[in-house]
Amino acid sequence: MLSGILFALGVIGLLVRRNLVFILMSIEIMLNAAGLAFVTAGARWAQADGQVMFIFILAMAASEVSVGLALVLHLYRQNQSLDADAASEMKG
Amino acid sequence: MPRRAVAAVGVGSIAACTIIALLITGSYLASPPPGGSYTQVLWTWIAANGFTSQIAFYLDALSLVMMLVVSFVSFIIHLYSAEFMLEDEGYSRFFAYMNLFVASMITLVLGNNLLLLYLGWEGVGLCSYLLIGFWYKDSANGAAAQKAFIVTRVGDTAFAIGLFLLFKHLGTLDIQELMHRALQQWPVGSALAIAASALLLGGAVGKSAQLPLQTWLPDAMAGPTPTSALIHAATMVTAGVYLIARTHVLFSLAPPTQFAVAVVGAATLLMASCSALVQSDIKRVLAYSTMSQIGYMFMALGVGAWSAAIFHLMTHAFFKALLFMAAGIVIQALHEEHDIFKMGGLRNDLPYAFWGFIIGGSALAGLPLITAGFYSKDLILWGDWSSPQGSTGLWIAGIVGALLTSIYVYRLIFLVFFGEKRMEVTHRPGWQIKLPIVVLSVLSIVGGFVNIPRSLGNAPAFTNLLGSALPEVPETRVASMTEGLSEVIAAIAFALGLALAYLLFLRWRAVPEKLGMSAIGQTIRRFWFRNWGMDWLYDRVFVRPLIWLAHIDRNDFIDDFYKGLARLSELSWRALRATETGRVRWYAAWIAAGTVIFVAMVLWR
Repeated sequence: MLSGILFALGVIGLLVRRNLVFILMSIEIMLNAAGLAFVTAGARWAQADGQVMFIFILAMAASEVSVGLALVLHLYRQNQSLDADAASEMKG
Repeated sequence: MPRRAVAAVGVGSIAACTIIALLITGSYLASPPPGGSYTQVLWTWIAANGFTSQIAFYLDALSLVMMLVVSFVSFIIHLYSAEFMLEDEGYSRFFAYMNLFVASMITLVLGNNLLLLYLGWEGVGLCSYLLIGFWYKDSANGAAAQKAFIVTRVGDTAFAIGLFLLFKHLGTLDIQELMHRALQQWPVGSALAIAASALLLGGAVGKSAQLPLQTWLPDAMAGPTPTSALIHAATMVTAGVYLIARTHVLFSLAPPTQFAVAVVGAATLLMASCSALVQSDIKRVLAYSTMSQIGYMFMALGVGAWSAAIFHLMTHAFFKALLFMAAGIVIQALHEEHDIFKMGGLRNDLPYAFWGFIIGGSALAGLPLITAGFYSKDLILWGDWSSPQGSTGLWIAGIVGALLTSIYVYRLIFLVFFGEKRMEVTHRPGWQIKLPIVVLSVLSIVGGFVNIPRSLGNAPAFTNLLGSALPEVPETRVASMTEGLSEVIAAIAFALGLALAYLLFLRWRAVPEKLGMSAIGQTIRRFWFRNWGMDWLYDRVFVRPLIWLAHIDRNDFIDDFYKGLARLSELSWRALRATETGRVRWYAAWIAAGTVIFVAMVLWR
């Protein structure tokens, strides 16, 4: 349940915030929420797989953050702004 | 393709056609086939549920004569146009159209069933359209071509309905079979015979430019002169006459229609002659003249003098083509000038044209004894008087027509070739133009000798030849007239016309001008000039209402339906376009929404 709430918060934050860095943070929140869900499930059914999945998720989060930051850097260089709506050249 | 090669192919093909026609004629005359006719079946064209139509050619005396006339006159005219059209950039296109025309005409003439005849009929109509609008860059020519096509189309529709009727009631469109069954099944004067023959008459009237569908022929003079010579003098406009002669049994079974044929012929004859009297364009005079001569042919058909009509068709082909070709010489010599009031005194400069006009014009007017027109016209006049379906009224119409013909023909000749010269001649004809003129002049003189009437020697070879295909006209009303007397009266009419034309247009030029200046004179002149107001009438009655209807129908509900479809697709496009914002958050939101809905569907199924 807690993980569900955390996930929802992450999604809302993703949708509402316009700053790219905050969007990245919201993605982190969502990932952590998913990890929490896995751990809880592992504890519930007394299996070690939950913990294993969490390590996987953590590793993946780290790599994803690095790639994401690289992309944000490129976007910033291009549009001179951290506004998500500024990168709307594909509209129409 | 170089010009010489085009001319060689174009003229050579028709030459080959003529040679073959002559050979066929020779063998037919030498040893006539049994029953007087020969059918050659090529293949079956349509075989559908009880209706068969074959591609088959039927050769009897009538189609033999027609075939000969068509191919020979076409050959002469093609030779003429090889030189006449030399300067034109559409040289090969011209020959292509002309050859197609000859092919269609021969199909029309030789077809053994009405459907094949209709095919040829449509083909010549198409070629007429293409050739009238030959110089398509001038839109007036295109308009004239459309007018020709549409007016004849009205006739063609009547023809088609007639074909449907005939097939429905007689079960076949094979001409000989059709006439046989009609004789058996339909009594004389039955409604079906009247209807069918009236519809066929409608088709013939359109193609042959008779009342009421004659308005296209004067405007068709927008085409090149060889076209006018071939199509609108010698061949296509005679297709209607041929059709009626071919299906003469149907017309014999329907006396009212046959009478209508004669009346139409007589009326057109008179109207067109009056109109020809006041025209100023040299080709239009000849066009109206064609109309009135075909009126003579219709009159002959209407009284049952079938072979007289075909005889006149043949001689008319000769002298009318001659006249058009001579007119072409004059037009080219004066740099495309058509107005006869601007011409004059050309008889020394253009001797071939001059003699062509003299011989052709005299044949047209019916100069006694030495021109072909005299013999054929008198045969028709005699038929009008003596046939059981003839009447004095028709004969009088014919005589008056002869008088008028004489007047307008000699008016034309005197105005163009006599008097003072107004324009200089710039172009003289070469051998390819002179030879056809000579050949047709000879034929215009001797062509009549194939059928010498009783009063002059009695050698009706032509009528005898056609007797195997067309019934002879019985002579019953010989009350107060003999054939000789009729001929003498016709000759008097001719001489009177010649004298009047000489006096009015050569000696006392002032008289017709003063007549024309008076109030009545001007009205009559305008009336006759505009083809007795028929163009105006058709414009008011048909063209304007149709345009008005099309105008108010511009935005009708069917259009709304299709516009609605277009609007619908446009709206959905706009809606979809609005989702392409290019904004990441917008897309992410939609993904999230989609996930929520999906989860909800799974959880609360």
